[in-house]
Amino acid sequence: MMNFRSPYLGLWLLVAVLAVLPFALPNAFYMDLAIRMAINAVIVLGLNLLIGFAGQISLGHAGFLGIGAYSSAVLTTHFNWHPAFAMAAGAAACAVLAALVARPIFKLKGHYLAMATLGLGIILTIVITNEGAWTGGPDGMPVPPFALFGFELYGEKHWYWVVAAVLAISVWASLNLIDSPFGRALRALHGSEVASQVVGVDVVRYKVAIFVLSAVFASLMGSVTAHYVGFVTPGVAGFFHSIELVTMVVIGGMASVYGSVLGAVLLTALPQALATFEGWETVAFGTILVFTMIFMPKGLVPTLAAKLGRKD
Amino acid sequence: MALLEVNKLSKAFGGVKAVQNVSFSIDAGIVYSVIGPNGAGKTTLFNLITGVYTPSEGEIRLDGKEIAGAGPHTLARLGVARTFQNLQVCMNMTALENVMVGAHLRLDRNLIKAALRFPALRRRDGELRDEAAALMHFVGLDKYVAARADAMPYGALKRLEIARALAAKPRLLFLDEPAAGLNPKETIEVDHLVRKVADSGVTVVLVEHDMKMVMNLSDRILVLDYGKKLTEGSAAEVRRNPDVIAAYLGAHA
Ligand SMILES: Nc1ncnc2c1ncn2[C@@H]1O[C@H](COP(=O)(O)OP(=O)(O)OP(=O)(O)O)[C@@H](O)[C@H]1O
Ligand SMILES: [Mg+2]
Repeated sequence: MMNFRSPYLGLWLLVAVLAVLPFALPNAFYMDLAIRMAINAVIVLGLNLLIGFAGQISLGHAGFLGIGAYSSAVLTTHFNWHPAFAMAAGAAACAVLAALVARPIFKLKGHYLAMATLGLGIILTIVITNEGAWTGGPDGMPVPPFALFGFELYGEKHWYWVVAAVLAISVWASLNLIDSPFGRALRALHGSEVASQVVGVDVVRYKVAIFVLSAVFASLMGSVTAHYVGFVTPGVAGFFHSIELVTMVVIGGMASVYGSVLGAVLLTALPQALATFEGWETVAFGTILVFTMIFMPKGLVPTLAAKLGRKD
Repeated sequence: MALLEVNKLSKAFGGVKAVQNVSFSIDAGIVYSVIGPNGAGKTTLFNLITGVYTPSEGEIRLDGKEIAGAGPHTLARLGVARTFQNLQVCMNMTALENVMVGAHLRLDRNLIKAALRFPALRRRDGELRDEAAALMHFVGLDKYVAARADAMPYGALKRLEIARALAAKPRLLFLDEPAAGLNPKETIEVDHLVRKVADSGVTVVLVEHDMKMVMNLSDRILVLDYGKKLTEGSAAEVRRNPDVIAAYLGAHA
């Protein structure tokens, strides 16, 4: 018998939507929007593992996206690296950087990660902007297309299927992770740090591990974005982008896998909907964040799930 | 050799000397109680032995091995488990998951295998689910097996902590006021539960204000007062001790 309460049910729904979506979308503009939604959804999934499940806040997550995007751009352009290696190098750099930053911070009590990542994001933006010879400075730089085994990924049609597959796999992996010994330890240290410690959870290790994982997610998707768009600018690593990502987590619902996807979808669409109010997106994001915190602190999906009388 | 030896243990918080120069030892297989008035340093003593606090001075030996200053997750590896006076239940998880977390160290905690849903890991998790449900049954929480932790009443959460501690299969279990805030019927149930746990071979260290329960269960009792050891002995000895009557029993009985 089918289990209608299984959290994996939503995954099948998502796969179905992803499969028919390209045939329902009228033109390339909407395909592009769908791709950017899916890319953001993957980043937000990783960030939600950190914020929602483990209870740690990163305010500089776009910095890791920036590292991924610029690793792909710089290593392929200036050093002729294969895009796959450039992408892997960016992810590895993010993993090392995240671990180096997080380990000493998590040994302290309190929410210092937010401050440290805020600083990290700002430093990265400045480095990218100032190293004009490598990065093109504030104007950004072009990125060559991604090719694998002689097959070149080009245009919305190709990228859609890549990104859709990555999203479906990420949702599946996230659902698996949270319902495993590792995931329970992560949620337990959020629920009660001391209780998790006395049952043997090495909390510093787990916090570092999930921070590294979320940084790697961000870096990989930064690389994907760079190759897909074919161009990178320092804004990808910027503070506003970091806040956007956190807002997606909060609105969709902390500690909700499907909330991450919904939050990313809604807030990626928002600037399009607000196109006539150009320049006011920042204000809109801030307002939405504040109102969500006040009226729906658990976020959309958990709140709706509670209303429908089931757990998400 | 005693299972646990505490030697001249002290802990100060600024000017407050919460535990001062306390020494005692606990043999394997007994129920050992720590009593004393509010603020006597009982919880601090538990926090020191379970690694939550670092001692200011003194030694703690488990099986003869020095453990003072080791972190709680290290002590968990050595078979030490505990519950908390002020509940430490993970309200973001279900009741069953809280118990499953107790088995943390007995599981494969690999991140990659978990994310990729390795069959061996899933199978073990399925077994663990049954094991955790059995433990909830053991502590008398059958009807909460499918409950969310944040939907459970206080008395049930107290027992949920015991089930979580037992899921670690500890050798040495510290219970900090397991009957506090419970009604008389629940208190008797917890009394029986502690007995069952002790009979299963786990060494139990108990802090409890309910004197009937303490006298019932304890093989030996340590009395603390203002952070200092007042006396130590069998239940009968402690009951007769005039200092104890003055400092503690007199005030409460
Ligand atoms: N983290 C801390 N920081 C500062 N002072 C503390 C801390 N923990 C305990 N104390 C102080 O240490 C003393 C002993 O407290 P403790 O909680 O160990 O007493 P207790 O015997 O468990 O009391 P109760 O029966 O009320 O639980 C008290 O004066 C308390 O205020
Ligand atoms: Mg206490």
